[in-house]
Amino acid sequence: MAATSTIVPSAGPVVGSRSFLSRLREGDEIARLITFLFAASVVLITLLIVYELWQGSVLPRHKFGFAFFRTSVWDPNFEQFGALPFIFGTLVTSAVALFIAVPLGIGAAIFLAELAPARLSDALEFFIDLLAAVPSVIYGLLGIFIVVPVMRDVIQPSLKNSLGFIPLFKGPAFGIGFLTAGIVLAIMVIPYIISVSREILLSVPRDQREAALALGSTRWESTWKVVVPFARTGIMGSIFLALARALGETMAVTMVIGNTPAIAASLFSPGDSIASVIANQFTEATGELYTQSLIELGLVLFLLTFILNGLARLLIVVTSQRGGAARA
Amino acid sequence: MNMNAQLRWRKFVSNFMLTMTGLCALVAVSVLFFILGYLVYHGGTSINWDFFTKLPAPVGESGGGMANAILGSAKLLLLATCFGVPIGFFGAIYLAEFSSSKIAFVVRYAADLLNGVPSIVIGIFAYGLAVHPFKHFSTYAGGFALGVMMIPITLRSTEEFLLGVPRTLREGAMALGASKWKTIATVIVPAAYRGILTAILLAFARVAGETAPLLFTALGNRFWSNGWNEPTASLPVMIYNYALSPFEDWHRQAWAAGLVLLTLILVINIVARAILSRGISVPRA
Amino acid sequence: MKRIAAILLVTFGLAAFFIARAVLSINGAGASFPEPIYSKWFDEYHKKDPNVQINYQAIGSGGGIKQVTEGTVDFGASDGPMNDDQLKAFQDKHGFPVLHFPTVLGAAVPTYNIPGVTGELNFTPEALAGIFLAKITKWNDPAITAANQGVTLPANDIVVVHRSDGSGTTYIWTDYLSKVSDEWKTKIGKNTSVNWPTGELGGNKNEGVAGLVKQTPNSIGYVELIYAIQNKMPYGKVKNSSGQFIKADLASVTAAAAGAAKSMPDDFRVSITDAPGKTAYPISSFTWLLIPSKFSDASKRDAIKSFVKWMLADGQNHTEALAYSKLPKEVVAKELTALDKVQ
Repeated sequence: MAATSTIVPSAGPVVGSRSFLSRLREGDEIARLITFLFAASVVLITLLIVYELWQGSVLPRHKFGFAFFRTSVWDPNFEQFGALPFIFGTLVTSAVALFIAVPLGIGAAIFLAELAPARLSDALEFFIDLLAAVPSVIYGLLGIFIVVPVMRDVIQPSLKNSLGFIPLFKGPAFGIGFLTAGIVLAIMVIPYIISVSREILLSVPRDQREAALALGSTRWESTWKVVVPFARTGIMGSIFLALARALGETMAVTMVIGNTPAIAASLFSPGDSIASVIANQFTEATGELYTQSLIELGLVLFLLTFILNGLARLLIVVTSQRGGAARA
Repeated sequence: MNMNAQLRWRKFVSNFMLTMTGLCALVAVSVLFFILGYLVYHGGTSINWDFFTKLPAPVGESGGGMANAILGSAKLLLLATCFGVPIGFFGAIYLAEFSSSKIAFVVRYAADLLNGVPSIVIGIFAYGLAVHPFKHFSTYAGGFALGVMMIPITLRSTEEFLLGVPRTLREGAMALGASKWKTIATVIVPAAYRGILTAILLAFARVAGETAPLLFTALGNRFWSNGWNEPTASLPVMIYNYALSPFEDWHRQAWAAGLVLLTLILVINIVARAILSRGISVPRA
Repeated sequence: MKRIAAILLVTFGLAAFFIARAVLSINGAGASFPEPIYSKWFDEYHKKDPNVQINYQAIGSGGGIKQVTEGTVDFGASDGPMNDDQLKAFQDKHGFPVLHFPTVLGAAVPTYNIPGVTGELNFTPEALAGIFLAKITKWNDPAITAANQGVTLPANDIVVVHRSDGSGTTYIWTDYLSKVSDEWKTKIGKNTSVNWPTGELGGNKNEGVAGLVKQTPNSIGYVELIYAIQNKMPYGKVKNSSGQFIKADLASVTAAAAGAAKSMPDDFRVSITDAPGKTAYPISSFTWLLIPSKFSDASKRDAIKSFVKWMLADGQNHTEALAYSKLPKEVVAKELTALDKVQ
């Protein structure tokens, strides 16, 4: 959009129009400046966050260096801090969450985008969007009182009985732990996978579908063999988005994960995640090294979500552009 | 090869997958109703006059309510809106109306980055900026943390709706001799107001349920929070604390609070979407 | 419509300001160990003096020490007295020391949830150390059954629950275990937050541990006495240094403090775990308010001082209803003198 020079007074004395113009310019300049300041403050806040995280973790970065990521000891008493258990917990719970949420989410998205009539699809999408709005602490509440007892009394014992020979399902069933946290996270990220994948699938050009159908494929075949592969990159993007959300989830996870820094093969084991340990210990970390180690964990989390979100967006943009190009 | 049999099989697979994916969608949607159902079941009976008017009782004693938490949440959200919405709104005006594409890219990128920051990290940030230097946990700090979270949603959505206003409206205003800012204020923004309002409501609903940032900023309060410079109770933090406790009475109250909070958030979401869908002045992007 | 909203908004804001003028708000944070009695006290004190509102947030003793050092709260509370490094950190930061004021006596008890076992179990120090070191892993281990002849303990795995946050209750528990087990002392040590053996569950604050034990079969955890009582959870007897199995109650906790009462140091920092005495409960402790010795706000200082005076007199009458033992008379007298140091 061009600036004020689009306004060209058609007639009138040069002097009068110049002052009119300059007054105009002033008003617009002020508006431009004020709104610029607001926009700049967004950038400023973001930079400040990065700065705070970086500066606030200077002690452990110098003391432990990269060993911070390899050590699994978290000992406030003897001032030894290693991030490995929390990184492990974050990754394991997210992996469990994706393992459950991706098939369910993509299946639902396929249904909503391809197979369901438009009105049903819109109505269901409305509910899915509402599900995305449920706050984390309420998932945590339901997690503690509904999911944990069910896990402890029904699901974990039956998993042990049937699949107990796999190391993943060994050990005592507490109800809380990696598996439960992963399941709660799965419920939380499904809406994201569904809405984004649905949008992506809907944006696949019609002729792709119609060509497949014209060649005699069933609805499922045209969906699975033509549309979905076309949208594959974008769907990957939606998975990355969901992963980024799962990594940063705090409240629901901390209420059901067991809050103990543990690295174990069993999904039944209690553990801890980065966000959860920060929430639990930040206000009580006595001593600079302890506090700053927690901030360094925050920095790690920030970087992880930053990278994932960036990748996700890239993948989604690439898919929509492919769709646009194919349409042209 | 028997073409008929093959065709029947393929049709069967197609219908089968239709059912399976439909089941996936059904499972996903029914979770919402499960959540609501459990909240109503466990919390419905505890929503009484006491809940809305009384202060929390001492630890271990039954009774009491969450009046201070409800007011606390209201104050926090008011502060968050006053801080986050203007930045998002005016920033979006800059992006849509004034900026060059390079600056716009940087600002948008920053906003998206901000949107992806985990809420616990926002909590750390707000502690470092708004609590530590002032030596005080406060409602201001909590409002600041929540406000920061409102910025990206408000910014991106407002920008989208401003850009969606048809060129004809803009050019008409300019042809009549209006200056740029006047065009924005009297023509463009009103044309996009439905979308902008929706954006604000959605951002509001998003932060209404946030707990993690408040843990390090607003802390908590067993009494009414005085003014704005004191720690304050809030619904999400109360739910968190009460849910983790062993007291049955506190569990009961946590359910009730969860029901109130979720109802509030869902109602705002539904209203926001209704406003948007009724908008005729802005073509859907 | 908009005008009404604007008027409401302005009134709201003004009202919030006016309420701010009337009441003095004091903020404290720290231990969850004494939270039941503190919340009762602050509630009662507010009724007595409605102009003063003391907001206490239980975030764990570690939190109390940290936030009072940071200066973000007016006073802290901890069941693990600040060590010399922490005292120095406070002094360096503020230029004046922080003072400890004992408030009540409490006990950390081993509470458990074993299906089929409703009575009281006897725990020897070796058994407790072994369980929490994750060396004793089953309930029917001889180290436990030896002391519990009449009870059938199942062959189930023990689920150990500890505190996941910085806790004075952890300090008391680990302080005791460090005294009775050399292995504990060297491997884990005593602090508000320690490196627990793996495979154990973590709960947030006393409430969290109690909640976890209550809901998890075959579990054992350590909580302050009142939490076990209020939640009707069974808790065991512990063998003291005289060889007696003692159950935590008002008498046994008071007995543990008897020796300390007479020889209380001036800064009130003392440990009474594994105290001598036939009837003493071995995992008892004082709990302290951490009050800075200088206040820039005179009204806050006066309010806190008058609260402490009230607490040492009337306040002590509320403690026994919540299973906390009163402070010994000598300690009360000493504290009243020490209160003058708060300027």
